[in-house]
Amino acid sequence: MDNTTRYQRLLERFQNGDIERRNFLGLIGAAGLAYGVQTPFAKYAAAQSVSEVRFDGWGGIVSEAFREYAFDPFTAATGINVVDGTFGGGDEYLARVRTSQPGEYNIAHLSGVFDYARYHNLGLSVELNEANIPNLDLCIPALSDAFRSISGGPLSAVPYDYGTTGIAYNRAYISDEEAQAQGARLLINEAYSGKIGGWADWRTRIWYGALQTDQDPNNIQDMEAVWDAVRQHRDLALRYWTSGAELMSLLAEEEIYVTEGWSGRIYALQEQGHDIGYIDPPNGFGWQECLFVLAGSPLEACEELLNFMLAPETSIAVAEGQNYPPALDPTQVDLGDKIPTLPAFDPTGTLSGLTFAVPDYWNGNEQEWSETFSRVQRGY
Amino acid sequence: MSIEAREARQPWILLSPSLAVITLLLIVPVLFIVVYSFWLRTSVGDVQPGFFLDNWQDALTDRFFRDILLNTLKIAAITTVVCALMGYPAAYFIARAKGNKALLLLLLMLPFWISYIIRTMSWIYILGTSGALNTAMEWLGIINEPIQMLYNETTVILGLVHFLLPFMVLNVYVSLEGVDTTLEDAAGSLGATKWQSFLQVTLPLSLPGLAAGGLLCFVLGAGTYITPAVLGGPRDAMFANLVFEAIITQLNWPMGAALSLLLLAVLGVLVMVYNHFLGLGQLMKGLG
Repeated sequence: MDNTTRYQRLLERFQNGDIERRNFLGLIGAAGLAYGVQTPFAKYAAAQSVSEVRFDGWGGIVSEAFREYAFDPFTAATGINVVDGTFGGGDEYLARVRTSQPGEYNIAHLSGVFDYARYHNLGLSVELNEANIPNLDLCIPALSDAFRSISGGPLSAVPYDYGTTGIAYNRAYISDEEAQAQGARLLINEAYSGKIGGWADWRTRIWYGALQTDQDPNNIQDMEAVWDAVRQHRDLALRYWTSGAELMSLLAEEEIYVTEGWSGRIYALQEQGHDIGYIDPPNGFGWQECLFVLAGSPLEACEELLNFMLAPETSIAVAEGQNYPPALDPTQVDLGDKIPTLPAFDPTGTLSGLTFAVPDYWNGNEQEWSETFSRVQRGY
Repeated sequence: MSIEAREARQPWILLSPSLAVITLLLIVPVLFIVVYSFWLRTSVGDVQPGFFLDNWQDALTDRFFRDILLNTLKIAAITTVVCALMGYPAAYFIARAKGNKALLLLLLMLPFWISYIIRTMSWIYILGTSGALNTAMEWLGIINEPIQMLYNETTVILGLVHFLLPFMVLNVYVSLEGVDTTLEDAAGSLGATKWQSFLQVTLPLSLPGLAAGGLLCFVLGAGTYITPAVLGGPRDAMFANLVFEAIITQLNWPMGAALSLLLLAVLGVLVMVYNHFLGLGQLMKGLG
């Protein structure tokens, strides 16, 4: 209940004769005194909370795009400074957040529904006031619905972009036809032993292990077969990369010829003139990214920033900078010329062509699989 | 208060700021880690306080942890030997140099001015298929196509040697500086060759420095995390990487706490053995 409604009800009770004039005036006086006492401190707290918002993301070209197209214009428009930090992955960031004070970290560019569920389950979520984020109505509903199903209706994040982790290959050594024909098995092709890479992320390794053994990644029946495929890939791989920058470097320097890769990073390589092919095999790994607001953050300032970032002009500019399609619904918003050419782009706005990780399934197996992967990676 | 009592208290009063800092920043955090090691990870990644021995049982009995620990000690030992073989001649040269010691010591310290991570990553641009070494060898016609040199155990050791060599050189240098050169002259006057006087006089007298450098290289090498993460292949990991994975990737802080304490205990035993036979005084000289 807001204060205006509260005072209107009090007045109504007085006018109805439910409370005496003396009590009514006493309550109004007490409210005024309380407001007067707290105002200097509230002003101080408010000034502290809205003068700065911390945003953490993946770094590299993604952060550059945010800085250029979102943060600087937002600061110019609102006076709120955006401090941007980077992380190497959702796991590392979660460890940092858990050792921090509430409010130290505010908004994070988290990956997938999977992270949303983990952060929510650890009590790090908030309830956003969607009325303060009108641009949320322009987003693909399926992306928000995935979050709502986890947090029981309210949102702690807004969807921002989506992409795939497909197969990237150097066309000087691997033809498009060969890549299409082999699909996920290209990553365990012995002909490319020592020239294969892979993300050091247990989810991705298991997902591709499932594809290589013709299984549904969201319903794996033969886990031993998947681990065998992971072992096979491990023995052929030169390197498990740990960041987008390293992925790009390994491919550009021809240290490796084939790896899974993030669609936007591979598009960036192609833009730079590297002859790198990219395919999404059947059931390829689709994911979405969100802007997650962490518990203890100044909500109104964060909501204002989120709304600003979701504005079509900002969102499209960031998407063009980072090479991932925005969460904006292409049936509602004209996304320009470049975005429809990006890998993973879905012109229907339904995302029915992408396969996303089922959070309950993956979260339920997280502990066992992440620990087993650590052993498999080291030769077990 | 008697003079004796006051004199007995004085060192403690002078030491109190340092003791307070050590207690707050070292002992208390380690105690937290000890407590954590007896807790458990919940299914959502949170911790369940209590007194459980599960993590310790896994850490002490699981073959996986034992093998990685042994491999870590092996890599640290190889690194230490390589550092000793490379560091001793360098330290000898500096100690016996005439006039340019300050400059040589400055050059030795120079790498410390650059971040350890950057120094480690520099090897990617030296040993990579498009790196300086492959490019030079191709240009000279020594090879026709690039050699794969990166991302294996050898490059991990190379990175560690790069990191730890200055520690070895400094320790040996300090020790050699303390050796009276007239003893070598005396050995020569008694008919010993230069090689004999080195083997029978200089080397034995500089052994404490070599041992101190060896201990430092071994302990720092066994606890490293960055080098295998940057220069290692999929299988290459040292014990600290497992601690990182337990804490960061698996959100299993209690297990990570138990593993880090296990590594601390193993290295602690090593330091105690060293102290028993050689004393930590030499190490302090080298670090000073």
